[in-house]
Amino acid sequence: MEAYDLIIIGGGPAGLGAALEAKRQGITNLLVIDREPRLGGILMQCIHNGFGLHTFKEELTGPEYAERFIEEVVKEKIPYWLNTMVLDITEDKKVYALNAEKGLVELQAKAIILAMGCRERPRGALMIPGARCSGILTAGAAQKLVNMKGYMPGRKVVVLGSGDIGLIMARRMTLEGAKVEAVVELLPYSSGLKRNIVQCLEDYGIPLKLSHTVIKIHGKDRLQGVTIAQVDDKRQPIMDTQRYIPCDTLLLSVGLLPENELSRKAGVELSSITWGPIVGPHLETNIPGIFACGNVLHVHDLVDNVTLESYEAAKHAAEFIKGEQVKGEAVLVTATEGVRYTVPQFVENEPKAPITMRFRVDNVYRNKYLAVYFDEERIVHKKKRILTPGEMEELTFSTELFKKHPKLTSITFKVERS
Amino acid sequence: MYDVVIVGAGVVGCAIAREVSRYKLKTIVVEKENDVCCGTSKANSAIIHAGFDAKPDTLKGKLNAKANLMYDELAKDLDFPFKRNGSLVLCFKEEDKPALQELKERGEANGVPDMQILSGDEVRKMEPQLTDEVVAALYAPTGGIVCPFNLTIALAENAHMNGVEFAFNEEVKEIVKGEGFFIVKTGNKEYETQLVVNAAGVYSDVINNKVSEEKFTIIPRRGEYNLFDRYIGDMVTCTLFQLPTKLGKGILVSPTVHGNLIVGPNAVDQEDKDNIDTTKEGLEDIMAKALLSVRTIPLGNVITSFTGLRARTDKDDFILGEVKDVPGFINAASIESPGLTCAPLIGKYIAESIKEILEAEINPYFNPKRKGIVCFSEQDEDTKRALIKENPLYGQIVCRCESVTQAQIVDAITRPLGAKDTDGIKRRTRAGMGRCQGGFCLVRNMELLEQELGVHFTEVTKFGKASSFVVGIDKEDL
Repeated sequence: MEAYDLIIIGGGPAGLGAALEAKRQGITNLLVIDREPRLGGILMQCIHNGFGLHTFKEELTGPEYAERFIEEVVKEKIPYWLNTMVLDITEDKKVYALNAEKGLVELQAKAIILAMGCRERPRGALMIPGARCSGILTAGAAQKLVNMKGYMPGRKVVVLGSGDIGLIMARRMTLEGAKVEAVVELLPYSSGLKRNIVQCLEDYGIPLKLSHTVIKIHGKDRLQGVTIAQVDDKRQPIMDTQRYIPCDTLLLSVGLLPENELSRKAGVELSSITWGPIVGPHLETNIPGIFACGNVLHVHDLVDNVTLESYEAAKHAAEFIKGEQVKGEAVLVTATEGVRYTVPQFVENEPKAPITMRFRVDNVYRNKYLAVYFDEERIVHKKKRILTPGEMEELTFSTELFKKHPKLTSITFKVERS
Repeated sequence: MYDVVIVGAGVVGCAIAREVSRYKLKTIVVEKENDVCCGTSKANSAIIHAGFDAKPDTLKGKLNAKANLMYDELAKDLDFPFKRNGSLVLCFKEEDKPALQELKERGEANGVPDMQILSGDEVRKMEPQLTDEVVAALYAPTGGIVCPFNLTIALAENAHMNGVEFAFNEEVKEIVKGEGFFIVKTGNKEYETQLVVNAAGVYSDVINNKVSEEKFTIIPRRGEYNLFDRYIGDMVTCTLFQLPTKLGKGILVSPTVHGNLIVGPNAVDQEDKDNIDTTKEGLEDIMAKALLSVRTIPLGNVITSFTGLRARTDKDDFILGEVKDVPGFINAASIESPGLTCAPLIGKYIAESIKEILEAEINPYFNPKRKGIVCFSEQDEDTKRALIKENPLYGQIVCRCESVTQAQIVDAITRPLGAKDTDGIKRRTRAGMGRCQGGFCLVRNMELLEQELGVHFTEVTKFGKASSFVVGIDKEDL
């Protein structure tokens, strides 16, 4: 059985960032495992630009962003296995992996970083009635066909859901010669980034139909059209608003789910809100020595935030490996009144380093205040022109602040009117 | 000249084909779709019924319990997933208890072994998820669950290795009666044959009515289902039926043989033989009724919904055997539930009558065994290592949700009667049948079809005909 100090599962942006930071922290006996034939994860099919504005102060494409990290990983001689599927991980940090070259292998790690990313919610979860014909694809699968294979999945397109991949694919399909009839969103707001709505839809005159949904799928062999309708405030279709749109393709961009099948096997406790592991300030799960970062932890808006989070996870994993982990008393973080969740879900008293809290709101809020309470004391009260669920928010708390509150028992995040 | 033309490659047609291949007969199965198992056989509850439901004086009643008991050996011979998980018929009202007793007696008359009536508390001990409304239940330990795809595929492959031919994408348009022979015309081809077997499912009335004056009408009865993620597959262990009442037949909640949970079906008659659309009302209806049986079902765990059509006539029974006014024309029609269960026995029954009509000799080379595609993820570690050593593609996972390896997919495509489209891969290996529903592995499966079949990427389909995935290359319409 091969032994490693650190095994990182996933070679996308989270795994690559974690590997590089772990190396910087002096961890040399490490391994990155990825199931695809190349490193970079889903970034490799994201050929649009807009990546890395925060990290590199440049607008890069997905593959370019990934390449910067891959080059470093190669330069640092960090070992990685491709085409390798991790089948199982255990509480005592054994990793069972499979590939064609080595067969079944059993590895032992001192620490594991979960960096498996997320997957798209399929049609089934929505229970859209109608035909089960071809021409219905997740936006990500269509992206792979168009960007990696060079093939068009269709000519007349409706996109259901306004997640970022859906918006990006609406533009991509248009640029490649298809007609995008509409992007249909059940909610009264888009779950994508504002900049994507402007640059992917408005710039191309693609209508965004908010508070609308697909109520029926028509077709026999290949999709022939969809019926859409407006929905009321209980999200039920208003029947006299229904409209038939002929199309040969329906792309689904209806949510991303952190991919935690392996985490479950190791007994990692998951959040029913983020669908990712519940972590503390070390980004460590309930299983000591198993850390998580990136979209497997919670779905991010920007890859730059994934990178930052991966650095944090790697720092904490390195501390754990070196026996330098110091844990304080747990302080529960409550997300309430407009804040959907925070990551981490709890912090600790007297931290050694500043703690970055990432969170999302549950609705669109205009001219409201973001408030954070340390016990009863309001320590953040920040006016926000707009808060939307599509954009992740972030606040960093200094070590001094915690020193000022030595008996802190709880932190509360909320959106306030004034 | 063929001895036998079987119309339809569903579970019934394939079961007949396999049984016919025990004799020295030149047989062909003619199917209008791109693959076997494309109609009712692919969209049903996947239950091997114990046999208490049908009345003893019907064909269903006579065949069901007996057919059920064939499955242990059949599953072993043909290597398809089958499990006797037992079934429970749940009774929700004190005043309905006599009906439960009646069902038990009917089962006994049909030859169903070892049934028991359990109290509400006893049955809740077996199935803690049952609601408090359950007052009693009929337990039938022989009830089972099966993979209907691999059952049908296994029957077809075994028939094929024993000499039966298969023709796909050929819809029977016309059947001409001659003196002691028929000509079956499909548009592209004509098959001269001594006998015709009608196993055309929801179209079996169309086929029958082309040649016989004893006409019947199939009224397809739709049944809608939700299939759930494996996360909640172990919520129940038995198949849970609801005792039929004046209010309807009830719906079932059952584990599948692959560890998912299935809920359905409703029952709505329709004229259209091809409409397998799901409906909002139908799916809402089955979920509401399921909550009579079990405390909760997390809707967020639905991975797919589908509709199946039961090939039903108003006779409410199978139509089996040679048609009186057309000697040589044999029906295996009106096969609704428990048709999947009965298929192997229907196959035997029809094959025996064929043998008698044609005075066929035994096929001395008949081999009853067929080896399926190895399900890598279910093997023990030593077997896995041996498989990879022999073929490294067993080390390459393509479908991550169901842990299907490239070796399995290549096997599915390249074996005789192999997969020709992505649905064919899915039904044979489960690649694309998991929680991401092919989001990740679809393109890889398309590439493997392209590579193994030597077709162009643009010709790869979901299920043949016009079910294409791609329409051209980037920018060609600009």
